[in-house]
This record gives sequence, C-alpha cells and structure tokens, in this order.
Amino acid sequence: MAAVHWEYPVMVTAQMVTESATVTFDKLELDCGSTLAPVEVAYETYGALNAERNNAILVLHAFSGDAHAAGEGGWWGNMIGPGKAFDTDRYFVICSNVLGGCRGTTGPGSMNPETGCPWAMSFPTITISDMVRLQKQLIDHLEIPRLLSVSGGSMGGMQALEWAVSYPEQVASAIPIATTARHSAQQIAFNEVGRQAIMADPDWCDGNYYGGKPPANGLALARMIGHITYMSDQSMREKFGRRLRTPDQFEVESYLKYRGYKFVDRFDANSYLYITNAMDDFDLTTRGALPTLFESSRTRFLLISFSSDWLYPSYQVLEIVSALRSRNADVAYCNLEARYGHDSFLVEVGEQTELVRGFLNNTFKEELRRGNEGTRSVRA
Amino acid sequence: MREVYGRRDFAIIGELVEAGTRVLDLGCGEGELLAWLKEHKNVDGRGVELTGARVQKAIARGVSCYQGDLESAVEDYPSRAFDYVILSQTLQEVRDPLRVLRGMLRVGRRAIVAFPNFGHYSVRFSMLRSGCAPKTDLFPYDWWDSPNIHFFTVLDFEALAQKEHWRVERRIFVNGHRKITLLPNLLAEIAVFLVAAAG
Repeated sequence: MAAVHWEYPVMVTAQMVTESATVTFDKLELDCGSTLAPVEVAYETYGALNAERNNAILVLHAFSGDAHAAGEGGWWGNMIGPGKAFDTDRYFVICSNVLGGCRGTTGPGSMNPETGCPWAMSFPTITISDMVRLQKQLIDHLEIPRLLSVSGGSMGGMQALEWAVSYPEQVASAIPIATTARHSAQQIAFNEVGRQAIMADPDWCDGNYYGGKPPANGLALARMIGHITYMSDQSMREKFGRRLRTPDQFEVESYLKYRGYKFVDRFDANSYLYITNAMDDFDLTTRGALPTLFESSRTRFLLISFSSDWLYPSYQVLEIVSALRSRNADVAYCNLEARYGHDSFLVEVGEQTELVRGFLNNTFKEELRRGNEGTRSVRA
Repeated sequence: MREVYGRRDFAIIGELVEAGTRVLDLGCGEGELLAWLKEHKNVDGRGVELTGARVQKAIARGVSCYQGDLESAVEDYPSRAFDYVILSQTLQEVRDPLRVLRGMLRVGRRAIVAFPNFGHYSVRFSMLRSGCAPKTDLFPYDWWDSPNIHFFTVLDFEALAQKEHWRVERRIFVNGHRKITLLPNLLAEIAVFLVAAAG
C-alpha cells in the first residue's frame, strides 16, 4: 500500500518565481579531446526548489531555442507555468542555453581567452553528450542530487535520452518528445542544406564575420528551409493556402522570408553550423545496441510522437520505445494525432499537457515514496 | 465488451492478483484496471492499448501505457517479465487467440483471461429460436459489425488448456452480479481463468 498520498494542492498563482542567471565553470572536457576553460552557462529557473530538493525538472531546448523557456515569449510558455503541464506551483523547472549556443552559453561567438578574439570556426567540435555534461555541472552547482524529470522535444529529446543513458541514477524520469536516437539520412540532408546555405554566403567569410556583417542571407535561407520541415502539408495549407500577400507574392513566401530574416537577429550562423553538426553526429547506438544501453535503467519514460511529424517520424520514437520494452523498462508511449508537423510539440500542446501532467504526477508520487521518511511535508 | 461488469471485473481480477506483483494488461483501455490495481494492490503495471484517445487517458491517469497492437506487442517483452498478464474481454476479438495466449504465458508466469461465454443458455436459445446469429446482452452486435471474430465457450477454453498442457489454477464464473459454480458452461456469462504454463 502507498505510504504517501499526494494531495494536489489547490493554488492560484498569478505569478511564478522566475530567475535568470549565468554561471561560469572552470572547464569542460569535450568528447573531441579538447577542454574549454572557462565555460559559461546561461539559465533560467521557474518555481521553487523544495526542501527535499526532489521536485526539479530540467527542460531541454530544441535546436534554435534558448534558456528562456517560460513566461513572456518563452519557447515552452504554454507548457511551463502555474497549473500548466510543468506546474511551477509544484515543480522547480530549469532551462539552460546549450553549449555551442549564442544566447549566453559559451559558443563559437564567445571570446577565446587565449587569443582575445571570437572562437569562430576554431571553436572545438561539440556533441550532444558535451551539452549534457555541461548541464550536469549546472545541476550539481544547483545542488540537486536527482532530477524528477528531464524533458524536451527534437534536439531537446536527444539531450533527455543522453541524460537517461549517461546519468540513469540522477533522473527519475525522462520525457523525450518528437525525437530520435540517431538522425536519418533525410534529417542530415536538411541540416546539410542549411549549412551549405550559410557557408555559400560571401558574408560568412569562413566564419570570421564577428564585428562585421553577418551572413544574413545564408542564415535566413537555412532558417526558411528549417521552417518548412517543421510544418506539415496540412498546417501549411490551413495557414497559407494559395493566399497572396501582395499581387506578386504568396503569403507563404512572405512568411518564410519574415521568419528567416527575423532569425538572423537572434541567432549566430556559426552556432547553426556547430549545433546542427552535433545533432547529426548524435547516435546512441554507437555506444551499444539500444536495449543494452537501457539494460539497468530504473528511469521511467514517457515518449511522444506526432502523427503529422514527417521530420522526426514516429518510427524513430518507436525504435527507442521498443528497446525500452524489450528490457521491460517503465515506459509509456503515445502517437498523438496532430496537425502541425514537427512543431506540434511547441504549438499543439493540449493533449501533450494531459500526458505530461499525469506522468509527472505519478513520477512525483513514486519519488516521494522512494524518498520515504521526511517527505510528508513537501510543500503542502 | 470490456466494461460489461464495470468495477466488478476489477474486484474479480483483484482477487486473483497478489499484491506487489508485476502486471501487464493487454488491451488496457483507459487504464482503469491498472490504476485500480496500483491503488489497491500496489502492483507495478504496464498497459498496451491501440486506440490513441484511450492511451492518452491511461497515461494522463498515470498508467504506463504503450500505444500499439496487443497481438504483436506481447511478442516484444522479455520472457517471464511479469507475474500476471491480463486479457480482459478481448480474446474473442484477436486474430490469433492461441498465439496471444502462448505469448501471454511466455512473458508472464500466469495469465488471467476473462471472456464472454458463448455457451450461455441465452446465446443457445437466441440461435435456436431465431435461426440467426445470436444477439444477446452479452453479444449485442449484429453479425456484420461485431468486433468478435471467435466464438468459444467455457468447455472450449478448458479443452484448449488441456491440449496445451496449461495448468488452470482458478476458475471464476459470473452470471449477472453473482458468482456461480453450477453448470458454468450453460449458466456463466463471463468466465475468468487463471492459468499457468506447464512445468
């Protein structure tokens, strides 16, 4: 019988506690053999860490995201907040900008301390597991012994999988969404077209454009291609159809250009190259067959795919689910009917919210049971 | 078909499942049974369900439910992964019942199979009287839209168990809201078998 019964707290909170910070670590050893020293991480937190430090959830952003996950303009603002899927009245939610990024965490646009110039293309090669190892430093810095959950979509899902494989004891649960254990040829192909678009822009200058004119056309083009792959035929028909913006421009053309050039204002072209390379290189199966990687895992899993997602099709999530099931891991899986393609995990969150809420609720109950003594008073 | 007896199903299956065990529910619907077993028997449960909307409800309920076809899903689990594998009111709907039952007894130490009894007198009378495919409270469908594709009785199941050398450890027969012991093949609406593989 359950020793601990969780009562859902009835709390109406207009505001959530939000913190934004940057922390500097001495060094990070990379898979490529190089060492980054020092290394900075930009992160935000939402809600409050409880006294037992067992209500922390690390949320992992996708390729072009950043640490600003919740609140005004947050990339997962519809999922994180009071009463939402990641309920900040109950949980302490953390999100950091990835290694190689351009939104506060060390990346190719950061200063190389040895030269006093931006790293540009001399920045070392990074991997998804490097990103996760840096996140682990952040979680240790925040003195969180074990995460209640790690969750993210797309590249965020890859990081969640990496966490579950690299630190199985430190994650009670993982929620990888619309993701894969390894990119397919099609996914690599789209990323390569994006990279070529950037490198073909004369303003790219082999990556040495800092302080000058960035390769705006190349980066915007890369982003436009990306946007097409994130949508579905149906969502594009519904959103744009054949409507005209001006007599000689379709709505969809105008939209893609707008999104493409808007992206230039907030994203660094070299980060685009480094991070997409890290995604393409990610392949959990190089470390062993998937079932063996999860052999002794006690982590609970919720995996979600979307019916209209053709960039990360459900078979990729199912490959992971099958591996987990063949080891009788605790895994829940649902292929949600959704219209918005790969973007569904960001925009079509109604059903996703129900799944995540129920799964986290149960995980937290288990975690309280596991913690046993001294957990009855958790944020009553 | 699953919820003919609603919560009474749970009580009967709950009677068969020992506390603190590992349970797989094939065709778990919205996860009500697993949630009930978790709550009352502290089981470590997993579910398989094909219909997306039901899977969503099950997961939202906190049940570890996998969206997939139960006939192939049962093949994927390692041997002896569960103490009990439950198939409630679904055997008559699967394409290859023997394959499913064998799979259940491979991944589980025991199988709990609940099914509507085609030998019930109402079924026999319905067919005798009308000369048409039987329609009863238990089998309410017209023949052209019935999910049921196999029709079998308590005796049929017993015969299969004998042929396959399964050990039947418990039999529970239900008519209306009563358990019965007399003439089950004629009087039972629902039969629940707890079986183990030989040896």
